[in-house]
Amino acid sequence: MKLYNGGKIITGLVIFLGLFLTPLAYNAGKAAYSQPKLKLPVNEKECVESKEYMRKNHMQLLDQWRDWALRDGKRVYVNSKGKEFEISLQKTCMKCHTNKAEFCDKCHNDASVSPYCWDCHIQPEGLKK
Amino acid sequence: MSHTRRNFLKFMGLAAAGLCAGSAGSALAAAEAGPVRAADALKAKRWAMVIDTTKVGTKETIDVLAKACHHAHNVPDIPTKQNVKWIWAASYDEAFDQPNDHGNDAMEKREFALLCNHCTHPPCVRVCPTQATFQRPDGIVAMDYHRCIGCRYCMAACPFGARSFNFMEPRLYLDLNNLNKEFPTRMRGVVEKCNFCVDRLAHGKQPACVEASNGALAFGDLSDPNSEVRKLLREHYTIRRKPSLGTEPGVYYII
Repeated sequence: MKLYNGGKIITGLVIFLGLFLTPLAYNAGKAAYSQPKLKLPVNEKECVESKEYMRKNHMQLLDQWRDWALRDGKRVYVNSKGKEFEISLQKTCMKCHTNKAEFCDKCHNDASVSPYCWDCHIQPEGLKK
Repeated sequence: MSHTRRNFLKFMGLAAAGLCAGSAGSALAAAEAGPVRAADALKAKRWAMVIDTTKVGTKETIDVLAKACHHAHNVPDIPTKQNVKWIWAASYDEAFDQPNDHGNDAMEKREFALLCNHCTHPPCVRVCPTQATFQRPDGIVAMDYHRCIGCRYCMAACPFGARSFNFMEPRLYLDLNNLNKEFPTRMRGVVEKCNFCVDRLAHGKQPACVEASNGALAFGDLSDPNSEVRKLLREHYTIRRKPSLGTEPGVYYII
């Protein structure tokens, strides 16, 4: 069997594989991804739900909170333990998580997601021109 | 025990009943997380406002109300025609569609506080394609800025000019050191208007303009014959804006 234009094809394949594998070569020897260290509230140990639940479901919870408070007019959240919280991003969540940059942004930046909460809501650090 | 059909059926019946009772019991026992209404929230069947124009009838007195409102809701002050306003002052001719050629001079020279009328039949709600503006069961026409796509149909539909569009980033025109941190701002490209202070009613407080008015504005339940607004409506002659359109405004003016 004869490979026509064998030289060019093999060279092309080598170049392609080389480019294709650059990310692997680039990251070789670097430490594996580790979860960012979050600045957790000092005075409060319990969030509205468990830590695992919040890590996994905070976006759904915030989505529900928005509709409950704004559209249904129900502004008190009773959590799975029966404890009551006011449904409010600025008044409840950010009262404990007093720094958006040290809390929200850490994971969101790593995961490359940019929720648009803060286009309107005011982060606890305040706004700057 | 003999293996009879009778015993077999008895056993199966008991087992099925046990399973039903068990699952029902665990469903009842599980705490259900969810929302409830706050105990101190003010409730009504139909919120309405009565404005005594003999007491707030000048630009200066209305500006006091506007300042309180706009601070409470982080409304920017933009020095162009693209300004955003929730409550503002206007002349008799601008406010009402019943000018007589020769009327009461004192009244026609007054300024009138205008705001969203929270109509019973709100045309803005009918045209909104995303239900970003909607009517609550208590009569308040509310805005959900998360859903607003900025199409401005509601502005075209509103016969009272009560809605403002954010042509530009509103935060550029806000005093960022003097914001109400309990309320959000808006972003460029959404329509906004007075919300009858739903955020304050939910905490048992009267609207910001009513609080700042020294009793010239009254707020209450129109469906309750003993409420303050009904008492004022009984005792005074009042008019509403553009009644011929049939939108049934919820803001009444004592003239």
